[in-house]
Amino acid sequence: MADHAIETRALSRRFGEKRAVDGIDLEVRRGEIFGVLGPNGAGKTTLVRMLATLLRPTGGGALVLGHDIEREACEVRRKISLTGQFASVDEDLTGYENLLLLSRLSGLKGGDAKARAVGLLSAFDLADSAGKQAKDYSGGMRRKLDIASSLIRRPELLFLDEPTTGLDPRSRNQVWDIVRGLAASGTTILLTTQYLEEADQLAGEIAVVDHGRIIARGTSAELKAKVGGGVLQISLASAERREAASQLLAGMLSGEVRAGGNGVSLSVDVADPDAGLAALSALSAAGIALSGYSLSQPSLDEVFFALTGRPPEPETAPDSAPKPEAAE
Amino acid sequence: MTRPLERAAEDAVLSAPAIAARPPHAVSVSLTYAWRALLKIKHMPEQLFDVVVTPIMFTVMFTYLFGGALAGSTDAYLQFLLPGILVQTIVFTSVYTGFTLNTDISKGVFDRFRSLPVWSPGPIAGAMLADVFRFTASGVIVFIVGTLMGYRPEGGFIAVIPALLLMNAFAFGFGWIFTALALSVRTPSTVMTLAWLVLMPLTFASNIYVDPATMPGWLQAVVAVNPVSLLVTAIREIMAGAPDLQSIALALLAPGVIAAIFGPVTMWLYRKER
Repeated sequence: MADHAIETRALSRRFGEKRAVDGIDLEVRRGEIFGVLGPNGAGKTTLVRMLATLLRPTGGGALVLGHDIEREACEVRRKISLTGQFASVDEDLTGYENLLLLSRLSGLKGGDAKARAVGLLSAFDLADSAGKQAKDYSGGMRRKLDIASSLIRRPELLFLDEPTTGLDPRSRNQVWDIVRGLAASGTTILLTTQYLEEADQLAGEIAVVDHGRIIARGTSAELKAKVGGGVLQISLASAERREAASQLLAGMLSGEVRAGGNGVSLSVDVADPDAGLAALSALSAAGIALSGYSLSQPSLDEVFFALTGRPPEPETAPDSAPKPEAAE
Repeated sequence: MTRPLERAAEDAVLSAPAIAARPPHAVSVSLTYAWRALLKIKHMPEQLFDVVVTPIMFTVMFTYLFGGALAGSTDAYLQFLLPGILVQTIVFTSVYTGFTLNTDISKGVFDRFRSLPVWSPGPIAGAMLADVFRFTASGVIVFIVGTLMGYRPEGGFIAVIPALLLMNAFAFGFGWIFTALALSVRTPSTVMTLAWLVLMPLTFASNIYVDPATMPGWLQAVVAVNPVSLLVTAIREIMAGAPDLQSIALALLAPGVIAAIFGPVTMWLYRKER
């Protein structure tokens, strides 16, 4: 349907025996930021590569901006831009040359191509480094150049595959600002991420992906309602009171109280910040001294724990035999 | 409050030129990618250095070590050897097409190229166009070294131009083997290893270094049909001022066949997803 930017039906991709994407049904509305949240190896990149026409599905199908990704790949490519997981810039070229190259490949000629490259460099604060090879850029600069490279023309749909993985907090905030600006311009964005906070900050709707399947979807608020509002973590001043603190927390909060490995820390899911605050006051009233506490948003691990009853499996678990290289 | 980068990003999109009604032509796409490959040589001139250092070493070593014994004098041997070394240089250089392609294609930037709405074999066509520059540059450098050592083409220095043209045509066809190889193996060093396995016998079992007259009969038969020998023969004739059309046609036969087979194979491997 034309009012959906992306519509997939049982979209699947196998690599040998491995089902990297295993029957994904998805609708992304035009103009929204859609977040795909999942751990490493969940199939996020494979999903993006199929939607960006770089990889053929082995099952099911998808319409991107109304065009079939297999039969009308060319039409799809004209309307999308991809910012891949590993910065898709040419490291040997300078920032300016990167943008000039893509401007020319987009059909801009001579002076127009140069003007577009210069304009994008200054828009993204890269003018000072225009003449430096991209391999000498910091991670944040490289990401900005990468995103700028996707904006030579105005894409109707932009894929951002893990845009902030490996970035320092300041660069991450810059990328977030950029993504918000792109969304304000009306561009539809499909963003993959490993961070719940990122999906929460940016995405209107989120799909949680694990083992190539969608295990939950909804707005950030809906997901949090499923997962719990956050996690209260406390560090006790002395290990002796841990049992008492644990019982008190268990009595007040519905979540399971988990003990940390160091003997003095406890963590428990809380439905909302007020419940966490009440628990902290109760501990204080009971004379249980704390050396520290925090009330954090649930991490991806906790989201997964809440949704699947188990932590996300790392790509190579230390206790399992080494797996062959990931198909992604 | 809208933050500066947020505003800039929004403006950048809104100020973007509309999507072109017609994507750029295959020729202009290839030229653009060729420009990219030349920029890489500009940023890393050492890749050109790699390519010419071996032939220079071979020229110097063979001339002064074996020249006297093989041809009576080092000067006489250099006259015989240099056209062959030029061919060897070009053939070795053609491996680098594959080598750089393999390095290149594993990078994220190729995902971007492949997601662009332009003629998809562009990056390969562009790399091969840029190699014309690489072949010519390395050929000229070796020729200059030879001249400094005393080489004098009987056909005059002008004969270098048709010789380079022929060698470029040969290398352009021959190079498809290595582009196909580059797309079928995992690492650039595998490309190099496999390429040397082909190139060593191909260049040594030829008429580059010695006249095959003293070789055993079976080897003479091999040398006679070796495409490298055929090219060396044509180049020697050109440099001697006596170009022969039949030799030139024979020299171009093998690269023609190779391009006809490995060109489509390369394109198929390239379009095949990774």
